[in-house]
Amino acid sequence: MRLEARDHVPEWLTFLVPILAIFFSLFVAAILLIIADAPPLESFYYLIKGAFGSKNAIAETGARATPLILTGLAAGIAFRAKFWNIGAEGQLYAGAIAVTVVGTGAINLPSTLMIPFLFLVGALAGAVAILPSVILKQLFKVDEVVTTLLMNFIIILFVSFVLDGPLKDPMSMGWPQAASIVDSGVLPQIMERTRLHFGFIVAIVTALMIWFILGKTTFGFKIRAVGYNSSAAYHSGHSVIKTMMLVACISGGLAGLAGVTETAGLKGYLTLDLSPGFGYTGIAVAMLAALNPIGIVFSAIFLATIYVGADSMSRAMNVPTYLADVVVAVTVLSVLISLVLTQYKFYFKSNSK
Amino acid sequence: MTKVSKKFGTLTANENISFSVSKGEILAVLGENGAGKTTLMNVIFGHYIPDSGTIALKGVRMRSGDTKAAIKSGIGMVHQHFTLAENLTVLENILIGRNPLWGWTLNTKAAEQKIMDISERFGLKIDPHARVLDLSVGEKQRLEILKTLYSNCDLVILDEPTASLTPQEVDNLFVTIQSMVKSGLSVILISHKLDEILRVSDRILVLRHGKVVADMARVKANKALLAELIVGRKIKRPIQKKAKFTSNVLDLNSINTSPTQGSPMGLKNIDLELRGGEIHGIAGVAGNGQRALCELIAGQIKPQSGNLAYKGVLVNSFNVKKFMAMGIAYIPEDRNIDGVIGDMSIQENSVLSELNNPKIATPRGFLLLKECVAYAKNICKKYDVRTQSLSQPARLLSGGNVQKLLIGRWLERNPNVIIACQPTRGLDEGAIAAVHSMLLNAKSDGRAILVVTEDLDELLLISDKVSVMYNGSLTAAKQAKKLEKREIGLMMTGSKIEETIK
Repeated sequence: MRLEARDHVPEWLTFLVPILAIFFSLFVAAILLIIADAPPLESFYYLIKGAFGSKNAIAETGARATPLILTGLAAGIAFRAKFWNIGAEGQLYAGAIAVTVVGTGAINLPSTLMIPFLFLVGALAGAVAILPSVILKQLFKVDEVVTTLLMNFIIILFVSFVLDGPLKDPMSMGWPQAASIVDSGVLPQIMERTRLHFGFIVAIVTALMIWFILGKTTFGFKIRAVGYNSSAAYHSGHSVIKTMMLVACISGGLAGLAGVTETAGLKGYLTLDLSPGFGYTGIAVAMLAALNPIGIVFSAIFLATIYVGADSMSRAMNVPTYLADVVVAVTVLSVLISLVLTQYKFYFKSNSK
Repeated sequence: MTKVSKKFGTLTANENISFSVSKGEILAVLGENGAGKTTLMNVIFGHYIPDSGTIALKGVRMRSGDTKAAIKSGIGMVHQHFTLAENLTVLENILIGRNPLWGWTLNTKAAEQKIMDISERFGLKIDPHARVLDLSVGEKQRLEILKTLYSNCDLVILDEPTASLTPQEVDNLFVTIQSMVKSGLSVILISHKLDEILRVSDRILVLRHGKVVADMARVKANKALLAELIVGRKIKRPIQKKAKFTSNVLDLNSINTSPTQGSPMGLKNIDLELRGGEIHGIAGVAGNGQRALCELIAGQIKPQSGNLAYKGVLVNSFNVKKFMAMGIAYIPEDRNIDGVIGDMSIQENSVLSELNNPKIATPRGFLLLKECVAYAKNICKKYDVRTQSLSQPARLLSGGNVQKLLIGRWLERNPNVIIACQPTRGLDEGAIAAVHSMLLNAKSDGRAILVVTEDLDELLLISDKVSVMYNGSLTAAKQAKKLEKREIGLMMTGSKIEETIK
């Protein structure tokens, strides 16, 4: 077998690849289901039903997709500029701490002002949380992969500290959790009597904004130029450092927004299990969408479907929910591998005589 | 008697090519970039598998696609870019892949003797225990040839062997080649320097678009004929136009810089004046500080001491954006890395440096997409950038079209100073002529132009004034008309530099 580089990757192939990858990962999951003594088709039926089968299921999937869209955008925009922000998890918690500090009674505004104010504060906190990594990179060339990753642990341990200290809710009966966000700050439901909240709309509007910025503004142009070839961008008079710093702060801010939607939207108060790894899953979301902001919305909804659906599948078929992780991991891996392989043409016949 | 013949169809890179090389013959293979020279040589050497056709050496048909077999049956290849391990010695580089380097029976004494024999026979002077990174470019070239000769080959392929040599080193190389054929070897020489080929070869093979268009004895060839055969049409050589000199645009006064990545010696006491309507050529072996000089004038590095004045005003802050705004354009040496962004479209590359231009984006930073397209269309039309569509990624452009796009992008900004670093390296004859005429037109428009080049023909063809860079210093400028190639060649190796500086 021989490989030959393609000049041009046809458009239909880039669309086909993620779909084939999804089918491949479902196939792998089917093998595991058979091993677990569960009929695969029936299991998949419960998975789909669990994610879309009722009003409540749809709302739950949307609620789960909300933080994933935001952390996916955070990873997506940073990776576009080749700034490897692995710290969305920590930045998410930074946003959550900030809204807890200002939103549990310290400041109380009418709802129409309070909610935008909380989003602003959360985004700023996320951006501040990424600053140490940015500064270390610019001053001492410390790899941001390491620093953003390690910042996650620092911030999460800090959350643990404040939840047992200054921000601990005295009414919590000893549980490490903070006081509730004031009523004017709670994100309203957008489907009655479900957990789907206003944050979902914020996430989608944000994705549209990022799409617009990347494609239609000079700043987005610079982000892409710096990401694809920072040397040519530099020679054309663009400040690589400035662009990268700004992108990093935007990335941190987007992850901070996810902290706001979870604290003020879904839960209502800050706890240590606010995020089951949304920051890390965001990387998978962005990769699955090939860093395209609109694609990120769809890939976030897909991953949310798998996670939410896997819960009901596991109840109905008595199989572990970890199958969801397998499906997600296999999908992302096969998308990444096949995106590389689409760059090549394959020849299977042997040429040697 | 050695006979290499091969035919093969379908693939356009090489179409039905047949030729032969006799024992003791120097065959020159000529052609533009993409004419199929390198593909053909790789087929002979077994890197590529031909779709059809056969290769025979001394009447024995060779297995195709087998590099080891090719080496064994006596074919040696010296690639254009050196394939040496920098941190090993000359001896070790030769032995790599041939003898077991770390075996019990390592016999370096015999190997060393053999190397000394070969180097004496062919005039390839070299110290077998020197480290490769301490060697000059000419010595590395000798080592590459020695490496191929060591494996007892009958046919040596030299791919662009003179690309980065000074005229003196080229002379030495040709003496070596002559002595190689005298002792019965055959040589295939790939080059695009017509003068050199007319000097040494016995027979000339011209390729165009993968086909053989001429196979003639040297005595029947001449420069004009060959140039026409290579391109397939007459090339209009750009003509030096007289331009009015204007006042000094850029003055550099005894500038020193600290070492930079491309130029480890930094710049030493540089004095330079650039006038409008004049092309100032800078010669020198690569790595003698040319890059640092270009980066300085582009505002990328700042001087440690000395000063730089633009239109008589001292410049204190050095940054690319500011220098661009002043009217300085820098066409970098590595056009695919520092020039265009391969993964972005031609349209986006056309406006890469124009994001502050009100025609391209609003002051608030919204791109005017229609105007971007018009801007790119204009550049491609005006400067003859040949492309199927503007949305193609720039990496699909040929080297010549990339360079035309880059120069065009800068010319659209109306710069007062243009710095062009190796502007025609790796380009074919047609593109070289186009780049030269772009630069000469810019000159007659009254712009000040600095051209850094290793190609002395180019240097003398387009420049008005010439100076030579050696080890971070620059000689005083001389009129190009009064200089000869040999003289510049000597200065490039530093031998006359002391007198010239004074």
